[in-house]
Amino acid sequence: MLRALVILTALHAVAAMAQERPIPLSALQSGLAFAGGDVRAMQSDETASPAMLWVGRGEQLWNASAGAADRSCGSCHGDARVSMRGVAARHPAYVAALGEVADLEARIQACRTRRQEAAALPRESDDLLALTAWIAYQSRGVPIAVAIDGPARAAFERGRAFYTERQGQMNLACSQCHDQNWGKRLLAETISQGHPGAFPAYRLEWQGMGSLQRRIRACLFGVRAQMPPPGARELTDVELYLGWRAQGLPLEAPGVRR
Amino acid sequence: MADARISIPATVPRGAPFEVRIQIRHPMETGYRTDDVGKSIPRNVIRAFACRYNGESVFAARLSSGIAANPYLRFFVTARASGELTFEWVDDAGARAAERVAVTVV
Repeated sequence: MLRALVILTALHAVAAMAQERPIPLSALQSGLAFAGGDVRAMQSDETASPAMLWVGRGEQLWNASAGAADRSCGSCHGDARVSMRGVAARHPAYVAALGEVADLEARIQACRTRRQEAAALPRESDDLLALTAWIAYQSRGVPIAVAIDGPARAAFERGRAFYTERQGQMNLACSQCHDQNWGKRLLAETISQGHPGAFPAYRLEWQGMGSLQRRIRACLFGVRAQMPPPGARELTDVELYLGWRAQGLPLEAPGVRR
Repeated sequence: MADARISIPATVPRGAPFEVRIQIRHPMETGYRTDDVGKSIPRNVIRAFACRYNGESVFAARLSSGIAANPYLRFFVTARASGELTFEWVDDAGARAAERVAVTVV
């Protein structure tokens, strides 16, 4: 009887933990809060934000026919300003046609190869970043809300495991910096909470645009861990976990980061 | 993806300075970097930039490897009559680009 009770209590604890948030929703802060004034000014002024160069290019690509089907994104989806509003805030998401969780980039690729019958755009290519930036731009201000139930659950759990597991020569987990020590200094930088809402973002260190996956890979490089290749399932899983972690934060993509 | 974003006021008062902002997409490769196999990446920066108003030179700049990628220039121009601003630039690889924008004086 006692044993059954212990097991029951333990099960209960596991179930509670599944919903427990390392940072309470009320304490969430955009990466902008940890950035310098110059970075904040650059992001808030659209004529000064270099990310807007990619947004402009993305709009051109949206309306350009491509592939054997000779269709543009707009042929099916119409005006992105209307049809794409809120879409980026829901990704990564489980896509039944693909049978897996896909981030926004993977979703664009699926449209390109299946509907437009065009060659896939390489990850981190300017054209894919431009399309992602243009679509994400339509969701500025929309609160991040990814679904982690049903078929997305397994990916979410994998993402959480990846996030909380110590990795690399530094033997550090993502959570040790971004859950337990955010707001403190790491050399000259202030550690952010690690939210995804600004990506794809123009990063000054890169002197260019990059995706969330590139940013995650940069963190993995920093702790001298194995970096999964761009587009790898592990990275999509973490993207989904980060989306859940940032639930309710308004999307600010394409942002500017140091 | 040779584009630039130009921003000027929709209308400008006669004889009063107005702000011109231009952001040019360019890697501004410094020439000091090496690629993955250690080969030096040749320098390629926008060497010269010029802005003319109705053919008259109003702003010019010589850029170098100290300028970050996607340079952003901001300057003031005074117009006495409506006309056209033209922007021209050339990089170390010899690539030239030009943009134009109409100015309405009220």
